Amino acid sequence: MAAQSGSTGQEAHVTFTRVQKTYDGETLIVRDLNLEIRRGEFLTLLGPSGSGKTTCLMMLAGFETPTSGEIRVGGTVINKVPPHRRNIGMVFQNYALFPHMTVAENLRFPLSVRKLPAADIDAKVKRALVMVRLEAFGNRYPQQLSGGQQQRIALARALVFEPELVLMDEPLGALDKQLREHMQIEIKHLHDSLGITFVFVTHDQGEALTMSDRIAVFDRGEIQQIDSAECLYEEPANAFVAGFIGESNTLQGTLLERNGDACAIRLPSGAVVQARAADVGAVGSSAVVSVRPERIVLNGASAGCENRFSAKVKELIYQGDHVRVQLDLGNQSSLMVKAPISQLSHELRPEQPIEVGIPAAHLRALAPTPSA
Amino acid sequence: MTATTLTAPAAAAPPAERTLPLKTRLQRAERRKKLLHLALIAPLAVFLLLTFLWPIGALLKRSVDNPEVVGGLPATAAALAHWNGQGLPPASALAIFVKEMEGARGSTELASAAKRLNTEMTGYRSLIMKTARSLPLPDGSNLQEGLAAIDPRWSETRTWQVMARAGQPYTSYYLLAALDHAVDADGAIVAATEDQAIYLDVLGRTFWMSLVVTLCCLVLGFPLAYLLTSLPTRSSNLLMILVLLPFWTSILVRVASWIVLLQSGGLVNQALQALGLIDEPLQLVFNRLGVYIAMTHILLPFMILPLYSVMKGISPIYLRAAQSLGCPPFQSFWKVYFPQTLPGVFAGSLLVFILSMGYYITPALLGGPQEQMASYFIAFYTNETINWGMAAALSTVLLGATLLLYVVYSRYAGQGRNATKAR
Ligand SMILES: Nc1ncnc2c1ncn2[C@@H]1O[C@H](COP(=O)(O)OP(=O)(O)OP(=O)(O)O)[C@@H](O)[C@H]1O
Ligand SMILES: [Mg+2]
Repeated sequence: MAAQSGSTGQEAHVTFTRVQKTYDGETLIVRDLNLEIRRGEFLTLLGPSGSGKTTCLMMLAGFETPTSGEIRVGGTVINKVPPHRRNIGMVFQNYALFPHMTVAENLRFPLSVRKLPAADIDAKVKRALVMVRLEAFGNRYPQQLSGGQQQRIALARALVFEPELVLMDEPLGALDKQLREHMQIEIKHLHDSLGITFVFVTHDQGEALTMSDRIAVFDRGEIQQIDSAECLYEEPANAFVAGFIGESNTLQGTLLERNGDACAIRLPSGAVVQARAADVGAVGSSAVVSVRPERIVLNGASAGCENRFSAKVKELIYQGDHVRVQLDLGNQSSLMVKAPISQLSHELRPEQPIEVGIPAAHLRALAPTPSA
Repeated sequence: MTATTLTAPAAAAPPAERTLPLKTRLQRAERRKKLLHLALIAPLAVFLLLTFLWPIGALLKRSVDNPEVVGGLPATAAALAHWNGQGLPPASALAIFVKEMEGARGSTELASAAKRLNTEMTGYRSLIMKTARSLPLPDGSNLQEGLAAIDPRWSETRTWQVMARAGQPYTSYYLLAALDHAVDADGAIVAATEDQAIYLDVLGRTFWMSLVVTLCCLVLGFPLAYLLTSLPTRSSNLLMILVLLPFWTSILVRVASWIVLLQSGGLVNQALQALGLIDEPLQLVFNRLGVYIAMTHILLPFMILPLYSVMKGISPIYLRAAQSLGCPPFQSFWKVYFPQTLPGVFAGSLLVFILSMGYYITPALLGGPQEQMASYFIAFYTNETINWGMAAALSTVLLGATLLLYVVYSRYAGQGRNATKAR
């Protein structure tokens, strides 16, 4: 069983091949999904609301059938296998703990359905309760537990029958921020210790960045990029990912010339910037350049940068460890800069002129998002 | 609001006020609210008292009321109340009796007293009438001998015991009769003779028929309620209107149409014959089957509505969760969905059962003599023989049975609610 393997293997556990899904026969909710989930990894499906994440998960769990395409688990096509024979653990958004059963009965349920011997069942239920640190709560009803406790029981119930694959659809959505962060770490640790494959759905990118081995960014029924958190943040494959993950400044322009990895973009103001070509079309086509706010340097530090501008300070927001500076570049374009307190040698004031530098290595040129 | 009333006095009040226990201060703050609530429900309470509790109480009182002898021979009844029941009553009581009989001769009160006495002991009526005619006794004669001369029964202890018992203001006679029992001459409770014992049968039949109707409603209503919750809103609204349609027409019209449909030349029989399923028309009406069909039809909405309201609150996610845990669909339904519908099942069954127990018009029109339920006899006694005591006693027994059922139900439901607390 995968439980022993521990680390993320490269072997594919689940594959979606050319999967499409439509509910009404008119719009494709999932357009062309090709996804490989590795055995033992923690994969997060991240995307805006309505992008088809739940639909994908439901197809994998067996509650929705793909309109076309194939889903394989461990090499066998499971398109026609009913949900109760898939042996996939699932945590629902509102936990779906059975209200007429106690916590222990809830955990017992998947085991007694599998007709395990009673002694085995007791042992496993006990172990599962210990795993989520709720040993003392076996006799309570779900309504007598707090949200976080219910969440942990739902997790324990999805794991108690030792599935190889666990699906979670926004399991932390109903919790407050502090508890959510706590549970994120806890789920992550569980994943590390069990070594089974987790597929997690969220639209909270912080959550995705914290927990995942890899993140699949969804938009309009398609995977925009699937990569580790760091790659997604530092090297977004397209303008949607750049805008969706973290904060970024984007400027419109046209591609002037391209030389391998490097390219030059002309901005509407006439200025030409050097950037890294990530996902641009032919010379002459329109492009956007994108840069993270913390990669922009101000004043003296900008001396060595390839791209330098003169700008005016529009607004300052003090944030404790850093200052957010809103800059006016003229031409109705503006930049948002996150400057560490230590980098600001002297006080900035609104309306003050300032020198801005953007290192070419952190300025990515991308094709604009096709408008919907 | 409450927070300010609670804390503000604590901050501004003099120290004495502040030392009051928190509980007292809470009570004071709540008192005004409670009074307001009382004032708001007062009109309803008065209305219920006048139109519901008081008439029902008055009716129930009639089941133990015993006004005839007390009304016809009040002084005698009072005198006999002090008699110990041994031998013959004292001469003073006999004198009161003789004097009262003379005065009451020919009055309707005396007639009804005599009729009442006759129910306890056959022949008492003629005894009273004969005695009243024969009075007064010759002057100066011994009362005891004089009465014995009119009729020897006056010298039997039993005759006087019966009058003493019937002369009490309250009696268990009707209630016992409604349960097929009676008090014999010695004052012991005995089972009624076979030809008089009909009410336990009727009660048993009432229970049994109500149970069958309840089960029919449950079996038919459960899938329909489930369908209602799982259909898209538009179609479920339409279906709901169809479910409620029976409420729009008078019950009499519906019963009459069932007769038209089910009679031997009716639509159902014709259709079955045309299809070649039967050769002879089936007897579908004026028997128990007809009563079951019509009562189930009429009471079905009372089952569906509570079921529907409970089922609507059960998320379909539970079924998915059960399946994801490895439980096949039908088992998931049975183990996870059905137990959650139990409050609705019980509420609906209780409602239908209680309504069936009181059903009158449907069995009266669609059933034969063997289908008449308790209400038929209540109506019979109120409308035809004007025997309020019997009618009230049967009502009391019916009410008692219903209340018992309700107590059992609320016990169970209470337990269930503790189990799935604050759903
Ligand atoms: N059963 C259904 N019938 C018809 N349309 C559906 C159904 N379920 C989902 N959709 C549509 O499919 C699209 C994708 O839904 P899905 O639930 O997969 O989104 P999601 O990415 O999970 O969004 P969220 O983050 O809000 O949960 C939505 O536009 C939704 O309206
Ligand atoms: Mg979703």
